[in-house]
Amino acid sequence: MWYRLWRLIVKELQALLGNTQGRLLLITPVILQTALFPFAATLEVKNATLAIYNPDSGAASRELVQRLAQMAAFSHIVPVHSEAELRTVIDNQTALLALQFPPDFSTRVLAPPGASVMLVMDGRRSNSAQIASGYVTQVVNSTITERSGPPSSAVTVRNLYNPNLDFKWHVLPSLIAIISTIGCLIVTALSVAREREEGTFDQLLVSPLTPAYIMAGKAVPGVLVALFQGSLIACAARFAYGVPFTGSLPVMLLALMAYGLALAGIGLFISSISSTQQQAFLGVFCFMSPAVVISGYVAPIENMPLALQWLAHANPLTYLILIVKGTFLKGMGFSGAWPHLWPLLLIAACTLTVALRLFRRHIA
Amino acid sequence: MSRSFLGLSPRRLWALCRKESFQILRDPSSILIAFVMPVVLLFVFGYAVNLDADHLRIGLLMQDSGPAAQRFEQAVRASRSFEVHSDSSREALMAALTRGDIRGVVIVPNDFSAKLQRSTAAGNTGGNSGVNAPALLQVLADGSEPNTAQFVAAQVQGVWQQWRQQQLQDRSAATTGSASASALITVQTRLWFNPSAISRNFLVPGSMAVVMTVIGALLTSLVVAREWERGTMEALLATPVTRAELLLSKVIPYYLLGVVAMTLCLLIAVGVMSVPFRGSLWALWGITSLFLAGALGQGLLISTVLRNQFNAAQLALTSAFLPAMMLSGFVYEINSMPTVLQWITQIIPARYFANSLQTLFQAGTVSAVLLGDAVFLALLGAFWLGMTALKTRRSLD
Repeated sequence: MWYRLWRLIVKELQALLGNTQGRLLLITPVILQTALFPFAATLEVKNATLAIYNPDSGAASRELVQRLAQMAAFSHIVPVHSEAELRTVIDNQTALLALQFPPDFSTRVLAPPGASVMLVMDGRRSNSAQIASGYVTQVVNSTITERSGPPSSAVTVRNLYNPNLDFKWHVLPSLIAIISTIGCLIVTALSVAREREEGTFDQLLVSPLTPAYIMAGKAVPGVLVALFQGSLIACAARFAYGVPFTGSLPVMLLALMAYGLALAGIGLFISSISSTQQQAFLGVFCFMSPAVVISGYVAPIENMPLALQWLAHANPLTYLILIVKGTFLKGMGFSGAWPHLWPLLLIAACTLTVALRLFRRHIA
Repeated sequence: MSRSFLGLSPRRLWALCRKESFQILRDPSSILIAFVMPVVLLFVFGYAVNLDADHLRIGLLMQDSGPAAQRFEQAVRASRSFEVHSDSSREALMAALTRGDIRGVVIVPNDFSAKLQRSTAAGNTGGNSGVNAPALLQVLADGSEPNTAQFVAAQVQGVWQQWRQQQLQDRSAATTGSASASALITVQTRLWFNPSAISRNFLVPGSMAVVMTVIGALLTSLVVAREWERGTMEALLATPVTRAELLLSKVIPYYLLGVVAMTLCLLIAVGVMSVPFRGSLWALWGITSLFLAGALGQGLLISTVLRNQFNAAQLALTSAFLPAMMLSGFVYEINSMPTVLQWITQIIPARYFANSLQTLFQAGTVSAVLLGDAVFLALLGAFWLGMTALKTRRSLD
């Protein structure tokens, strides 16, 4: 029986890798995404344009403008000469922020109650605008501190695991999880649908293989694809991008395998309820895109409404991202990973059981 | 091209469009993707992606119990941004940080009160400031999520500023009005178009660009390939149908489906999620049509060239959906990307569409922005549809 299973897996892999198009499609997108997305996925603000409306001719405002111009976040400073012009540069997206000084700024700063400047932000990009406004406030605050003498207390911030807050260190481990999701799901979900569409599924059914074996034969290539694509990106992350790998490699591979199994269950579940490849593919999409968004990769889970938090905890991707990130950045070993690993194994057991049930019923 | 356009027969075109529409309506999966998926995605983006983090779980380690330290603890606990877990053991907190249970640890060291007193005394008598180091509060943030780490640091700093202001006020009340170190510059911030900074207001219009990419490119990437796989393409080619008719019969039904889905998105965004819409509906329709031309063209080109549903599905996902997510600027700022990547985003239709939608929803019909986007969308649409027309052959090879 093991031999039959082996032949089935070999056959599946041949169907997957037998043609050049298929081989290219398993590798090229992974390489392209690994090359492009780490640079794209950053919430830092760089090269933003700051418009400045400064009717004051004193030294204080000039000094502040100069300090702002030195910041890396603002590569262009656009001087504007009226409030109307200020409105236009924001409306037309020429500038992300606009800073307006009062005409008597330099004299006002010298005595209480002080001067106030107005910072107008483009709310269409409210996230970036707020981050950039944080930079402006920092510059203003440091000017104030310099004027008012040494502080009696201070806050020091240290960022553990990623001291320079490099977004690539955050994105690459997450990409390992996200890209292997696409590969594994498509391979498992579409393979049964394709056989059904082409009519070869009936031939499989009349073979001496039991449904459980057929299912295993379909699941194993999916897990292999997840492992292969995941390892490819992990190598790129470690050696091309220099993301430190501080934890245990076997734990990460184990998690990737458990995740592959959980996904294979979901893929086969989708496969058994759809009768064409289009349905299977769209089913994959309907599962995948919400799963990526609620995995905690884009925004922290604890900010979500309660119902979505529950869904996030049933989402295998949530746990895989935690483990991969943990093994890369946080030196996670088996004991650290276990609280995330057992839910992953539990989800895998559930999805595979349900898939097998449906598979059997569909055949009967 | 021109000869086949002259041979356009309305009757044949109508029949083909009807056939295609029936195929769409009969398949539950296309209904799912056109009507259920947009709703799910809009809700997920509108409610699950909250970039203005509040309720962050942080650990608090109090090694000092002086009155100033206690007041700081109260200030941290009172902050709405944090859900505070205090623990007396540093190891336990660090382990929770590694597990990802908390996002950061705030440490009030045991010499905090003593140092504070010393440096305040030095500050009041004036001079020899260099001798007394300021009392330090320590923040250890989980850098594996940079955005959250920055937020934790900024919020703790905010709490500290408040606490400090309070300390200064108390002290100046005690010493009757001396040493008023109040800030001489204040920054008033105004967030135009989205004054209360609800990230939903810009994420929902942006995610519509992703939804429309899915409907435009993903669905169509399968249609021609399916005809080839099932052999119905050969049957079609045996009929007098022209290239233009064939192409239009694939474009028109999916275009209508896209417009209906867009209407649904608009109704949900405005009616259910109360995202403001300040632009003109005609401008929205025009921009949507231009975008759909490109997205449909891209999907059909993939389908026509690959002739294999499995591969077409994969290519559509990676060449249309993922770029729309990552490179359209709807979550990640395009200006912050490296220059080469910024060039690449120029050929991604979702970039212009997301930008237009964000402008239409929040700022209104700003013609300078919309016209620029429309020109690029029209060029991309012409390119993709033109390529598809070139690759559509009326022969079996």
